[in-house]
Amino acid sequence: MSAHTHADGQLPHEPEKATLEGRNKVLGFWLFLGGETVLFGTLFSAFLALRDQVGEGNPTANELFSLSTVAIATFILLTSSLTSVFAIQAMHAGKKSAMLWWLAITVIFGLGFLGLEIYEFYEYVHEGHGFTTSAFSSSFYTLVGFHGGHVAFGVLWISILIGQVLKKGLNVVTAPKIYVAGMYWHFIDVVWVFIFTVVYLMGKVG
Amino acid sequence: MAHAHAHTVKRYRGLMDWLTTVDHKKIGILYLIAGGLFFLIGGLEAILIRIQLWKPLNDFVSADTYNELLTMHGTTMIFLAAMPMLFALMNAVIPLQIGARDVAFPFLNSLGFWTFFFGGVLLNVSWFTGGAPDAGWTSYVPLASPAFSDDYGVDYYVIGLQIAGIGTLIGGINFLVTIINMRAPGMTFMRMPMFTWAIFVTSALILFAFPALTVGLVALMFDRLFEANFFNVANGGNTVLWEHIFWIFGHPEVYILILPAFGVISEVVSTFSRKRLFGYSSMVFATVLIGFLGFMVWAHHMFTTGLGPVANALFSIATMLIAVPTGIKIFNWLFTMWGGSIKFTSANLFAVGFVPTFVMGGVTGVMLAAAPADFQYHDSYFVVAHFHYVIVGGLILGIFAGLHYWWPKMFGKMLNEGLGKLTFWTFYIGFHMTFFIQHFLGLMGMPRRIYTYLDGLGFNGMNLISTIGSLLMGLGTIFFIINIIVTAISGKKASNDPWEDGRTLEWTIPSPAPEYNFKQTPLVRGYDAYWKEKMDGNKEMMPAEPLGPIHMPSPSILPLFMSIGLFIAGFGFMYHNYAIGGAGLAITFLCMLIRSLKDDHGFHIEPEELEDKGVRA
Repeated sequence: MSAHTHADGQLPHEPEKATLEGRNKVLGFWLFLGGETVLFGTLFSAFLALRDQVGEGNPTANELFSLSTVAIATFILLTSSLTSVFAIQAMHAGKKSAMLWWLAITVIFGLGFLGLEIYEFYEYVHEGHGFTTSAFSSSFYTLVGFHGGHVAFGVLWISILIGQVLKKGLNVVTAPKIYVAGMYWHFIDVVWVFIFTVVYLMGKVG
Repeated sequence: MAHAHAHTVKRYRGLMDWLTTVDHKKIGILYLIAGGLFFLIGGLEAILIRIQLWKPLNDFVSADTYNELLTMHGTTMIFLAAMPMLFALMNAVIPLQIGARDVAFPFLNSLGFWTFFFGGVLLNVSWFTGGAPDAGWTSYVPLASPAFSDDYGVDYYVIGLQIAGIGTLIGGINFLVTIINMRAPGMTFMRMPMFTWAIFVTSALILFAFPALTVGLVALMFDRLFEANFFNVANGGNTVLWEHIFWIFGHPEVYILILPAFGVISEVVSTFSRKRLFGYSSMVFATVLIGFLGFMVWAHHMFTTGLGPVANALFSIATMLIAVPTGIKIFNWLFTMWGGSIKFTSANLFAVGFVPTFVMGGVTGVMLAAAPADFQYHDSYFVVAHFHYVIVGGLILGIFAGLHYWWPKMFGKMLNEGLGKLTFWTFYIGFHMTFFIQHFLGLMGMPRRIYTYLDGLGFNGMNLISTIGSLLMGLGTIFFIINIIVTAISGKKASNDPWEDGRTLEWTIPSPAPEYNFKQTPLVRGYDAYWKEKMDGNKEMMPAEPLGPIHMPSPSILPLFMSIGLFIAGFGFMYHNYAIGGAGLAITFLCMLIRSLKDDHGFHIEPEELEDKGVRA
């Protein structure tokens, strides 16, 4: 970590992999996402095992879910994945302010998604679909809530990183952090694609 | 301490040094102390269980206390004793074996230790707050559900294991990255020592198995604390779901435990036979295959659950397949010894004793894998005998072998050989006395997990023998502790290569290893790197770099505080005091924030300072 930038002040092309610390961080994060895949895989299994256990008189998945709200949420989150790609591309091009703007837009999309999710949960509870209502509801809120918690953590994390880059600049210490946050953000998008399919679309068709 | 850069790093001494250390060798020693302490607690619980069972209708402990002892013995031994002692060996040895100066994430290494430690402490606090967990180490629902375990016992299990599990997962990722990214020049994958390979596969198993446990514990916690319905059948929950989640973690877990022992045995047998490990590449292949198959066999723990003949047949066959790679290993160890000039040091005694013992455990494993027969063995002492043969006879003998072997490298002093051999013989004879006879108790129909038995069933004599055996094992452990004390006071100082036949890189550097491990990163020219240099007539390794300043990470107190935060949060949520729960989490997240914001520049050790003394314990 002795040289934070090249002698001529230029960042290397892939600043996240310029140091051993950076390479370790990126590889470690890939592995961590492997573990996260098992975590969500197990949550999905539990949900699939319990999704038909709605209980007498409780609203079913088909009655509850409004695909239009979920579709908007999906659109927002997938778009935020694109903006995070733009941020990483700007980083590789050495354009700090463009990167920061794209990160900020990613955060705003993330907040929008969270807002919709909170609204959605609020509606469900009013329709009699609480956390303790049935095995279906417990596993639904746990799976979707774990994802929402991940989004919230990501929003907080990327916001802190924006602050750090503003203060310390873009260098071989901050670049790996931005890069792994980007990986994380893609991961929670991919998880959402599965939630949209397994929870919502399959809930709609029965 | 001179610094090439302007960053001055505070270096601590004494207790603060141990609380803030990020040095893998010191963290290894911390794991050994904490794991050893929990091993003694778990062992004491085992002896209390055996005292209760020495005669029929004994009333030494009550049925309730017996259930607590049984649960805590299993949970403590698996999660808080066996795994941490493996982590002790991993930390002490892996970076040295691959020629690295450090692990990939020194800070996370420390965090992993402290979360394990506080998770374990939280679990054991339950003894003093109205009752330990008592639903078995598998914590099956509905027994562990709020309806049937309405005190706090199982809450301690759920939250304590969750916190300890974070530490294990972090450790797994850390060692994977360390082994992939930090090997010395020339140390290709197929030149890695067998212990390193075993830890590599073990870490992958940790990474893919522990998150399943995390989810299982979260689901049970939600059921218990927040009235969720995962396992509440009245509201549509499913109790078999817990069995699946637990065992899809739990079966890989037993390979997480045994693979490192396989690695230790490979090193010890090869060193003390003065021969290259027979069939190295088949050993690697077998290790990877066992790791893979380990994920395919979880339902063999559930043959009597009622999954149907097709599922039982498939899982039965998959389980028996594991005997093939395991058999490869057994024969490789035998062929390594074949024709070698074997030295029966205490480390090697444990390793050689391991082989037949583990074969016996493996044979009963194949017997249990036959699903129709399992209906007869199920929940009897036959099962207890089987898994103690593979865990104590396999893993614990492996850990003892590893500790006797690497003790000089960890602490710089030779363990007393006479006491080591006394430890081996008392422990080994005690072990077989305790558990061999339990096979027959099981076949005669004695059920496991029951606090007593009636007179006149023919169980009396065998139970008495088993209890005497367990006391012998306790005696063996006491001899080991005496050995540690004697060695600490008057042990012989260890040279770089105290066994004189060291084959791998850890024996090329001083004992104990200096803070930076290698003055110059070594150049590896083949498998058994050090042995190869010896055979070529060289005294030491060829360096792969010139002497220069060595970058070191700074010590940090944050991992300790982060774990204390989780510890406090655990209590808060358990007793529904959300202010305290939130405050605990806030401490943890605040420490994470500080860690993210404050760059760790570390410090440099200059070439002229490189005559440093090693780790002092």
